[in-house]
Amino acid sequence: MDNIKNPRRKPRRVEPIVFHTLNYTFLILLCAVMLYPMLNTLALSFNDGMDAVRGGIHLWPRIFTLQNYNIVLNMHTIYNAFFMSIYRTLVTVVTCIMCTSMLAYALSRPEYVLRKFITVVFVLTMYFDPGLIPRYLLIQNLGMLNTFTVYWVPVLVSAFDLIVIRTYMRSVSESLVESARIDGAGDFRIYWRVVMPLCKPVLATIALFVAVGAWNAWFDTFLYNSGAQSLSVLQYELQKLLSSAMMAGQAGQQATQAAQAASGASVTTPQALRAAITIVAAVPILLVYPFLQRYFVHGIQLGGVKE
Amino acid sequence: MTAKTHKRSFGRKLWLQRGLILMSVPLLLHRILFSYVPLAGWTIAFQDFRPRFGLSPIQQILQNEFVGLDNFKRLLDGASIIGERFLLSVRNTIGQSLLTLVLGYVCAITLSLLLNEITKSIPKKIIQNILYLPHFLSWVIVAGLASTALAMPGSGGIINEILMSVGILKEPIHFLANPNSFWNVVAGTHLWKTLGWNTIIYLAAMTTIDPTLYEAAAIDGANRYQKMWHVTLPCIRPTIIILLIMSTGWLLTSGFEIQWFLGNGLNVTHSENIDIFVLRYGIEMNNFGLATAAGIFRTGVSIFLLTMVNFIAGRLGQEKLF
Repeated sequence: MDNIKNPRRKPRRVEPIVFHTLNYTFLILLCAVMLYPMLNTLALSFNDGMDAVRGGIHLWPRIFTLQNYNIVLNMHTIYNAFFMSIYRTLVTVVTCIMCTSMLAYALSRPEYVLRKFITVVFVLTMYFDPGLIPRYLLIQNLGMLNTFTVYWVPVLVSAFDLIVIRTYMRSVSESLVESARIDGAGDFRIYWRVVMPLCKPVLATIALFVAVGAWNAWFDTFLYNSGAQSLSVLQYELQKLLSSAMMAGQAGQQATQAAQAASGASVTTPQALRAAITIVAAVPILLVYPFLQRYFVHGIQLGGVKE
Repeated sequence: MTAKTHKRSFGRKLWLQRGLILMSVPLLLHRILFSYVPLAGWTIAFQDFRPRFGLSPIQQILQNEFVGLDNFKRLLDGASIIGERFLLSVRNTIGQSLLTLVLGYVCAITLSLLLNEITKSIPKKIIQNILYLPHFLSWVIVAGLASTALAMPGSGGIINEILMSVGILKEPIHFLANPNSFWNVVAGTHLWKTLGWNTIIYLAAMTTIDPTLYEAAAIDGANRYQKMWHVTLPCIRPTIIILLIMSTGWLLTSGFEIQWFLGNGLNVTHSENIDIFVLRYGIEMNNFGLATAAGIFRTGVSIFLLTMVNFIAGRLGQEKLF
C-alpha cells in the first residue's frame, strides 16, 4: 500500500531487510562466541589426552575416548567433592530461604517497631566490607575453620535478597493478613500459611540465585576449609587442577599420575582431566538451566525495582 | 498522654509483636556478628600483627604493639618495595575495572538496543538464553575456558587462530606472557561472562517505554537509528545513571579469579590487583596488619567515591542512589 501511495518510500523498504539480516548475523555470531568455549571443552573432554596436545580440536573429538571421565569419576576426591557440592548447595538454599523470608516478613509488617532499625543495619552491609583478614580472624575465633558450618552460617541472610523479598511481600494484600489475624493466627502462622505461599515466584528466583552462588563458590573452601579434604567442593578441586595446569607444574602431573595409578588406566594429561572436570562441574547448572530460566528474568527485574 | 502510659503502651506493643521480634532479632544479632564485629579487627591495621599459634585473635590483638599509621605509610610510600607493589596493584585495579566498566557498559547497552529490535519472540528467547548462559558458570570454569582460548594457536588458542586467519595478526600473541595485554584479558573475560546478563536490566527498562513516543517520532520522520538515539536511550537514562553510580563503588574491585589463575611471573606488573595483594601479604606472608590496612584503604576510597558521585549526580539533577 505504502509503495503505491508514495513511491519515494520505496528505498526505505529495503532498510528493514538489511538491518535484520545484519542484526541476526551479528547476534548469531555472538551466540557462537558464547557457546564455543563450552563446546570446545566438551570435545576436549571426550578426546584422547595425549592426542589433544597436538592441537587442532575444535568442536568434535578426533580420537574419541571415555577415559578422561573414567579417571575423573574414579578419583576419590572428585567423587566426594561432587556430593559435598550438592550437600552444601541444598543446605545453603534451604537455610538461606527460610531465614531471609522470615526476616523479610517481619520487616514487611508496617506496624513492627524495629522495622526501620533492622533494615538500616542490613542495608549498610551492602556498602562496606570488613575485609578478608578480619573476617578470617572472626571465623577462626568462632572455631569454624575446617567445619561444614562455614558454608552456610555466615551467609544465612543476604541484604540484597532480603530487600527484594520484602518489597514483594508488601504487595501481598493487607486484608488477607488482617483476616488471618482476626481468625486468631499469630505471626508465625501468618508468615508460613498466608504470606509464604503467595511469594513462591520470588522465592524460586532467589533460591535459584543462591543455589548458583553456592554451587559455584570455591573461595570459602580455599580460605577456611583447605585443611579438611572431606569438606572440599567440586569447584575447589577444579581450581586446584587449574592452578597446577597453569603453572605447568609437577603438582598437576603428580595428581594426574596418582589418579592414573589409582584407576589403573592409561595415560592422559592434566588438560584433558581439567576439561572433563569442567564439564562435570558445569553439567548440573546446564541441566537445571532450561527449567529455571523463566524465573531469573523475572527475578532480576524485581531486583531492578528501585527501593 | 503521660510518659508512663506511653512507656507502658510501648512495652505492650513489644509484647504484641513478640512473634515478629522472635523472627527478626536472632537474625539481626547474626548479621551484627558477621558484618559488624569483624570491624573490630580493623584495629590490627594499626599493629604489627602476625598470627601466632596457640593464641586466640582477641588475645593477640590485646598483646600486639600498636604502630600507629605505620602500615598505611608503608603501603603508600612509593619508594619502598611494599609501597611500590601496592601502588602498582592500585593502578592495576583501577585500570582493569575502568576498562571492564566502560567496555561492559557500551557493549551491554548496544546489545540491548539490538535485541530490542527483534520482534519475533521465539528467536529472541533462544538468543537471549544462549547469551545469559555464561553468567551461570563459575569464575573457576571461566578462567579455565579463557586460558584455553588465549593459548597459542597450536594448543587450542582459538583467539589467535581467528585473528591470524582474518589477517589482523601476523604473529600469534602469547596473551598470558605479555603484561600489556592483561588488562584486556580481564575486560574481555568479564565481558564474555556478564554481557548477556547485563542486558536484562536495560531490556526491562525498554519495555516500560511508552509506544506512542515511537509513533510520534515516526510521524516526525525519524528512522530506526534516530529512534534509538532520541527515544530509547533518553528513556533508559535513569537506569544507566543508577547503574553507573553503583559501579563507582566497585572501581577498586576488579575481580579475583582471572588475576589469580591467569596471573603469573611474566605478567605480574599488570595482573596483581588489590585483592591479590591482600591475599599474598595477608594469608601467604602472614602480614595481617599490612593486608588489613590495604583492605581498609580500599573500603574507604570506595565509600568516598560512591558518596562523591552520588552527590555530584544529585547536583546535576540526575537520579540519585541514596
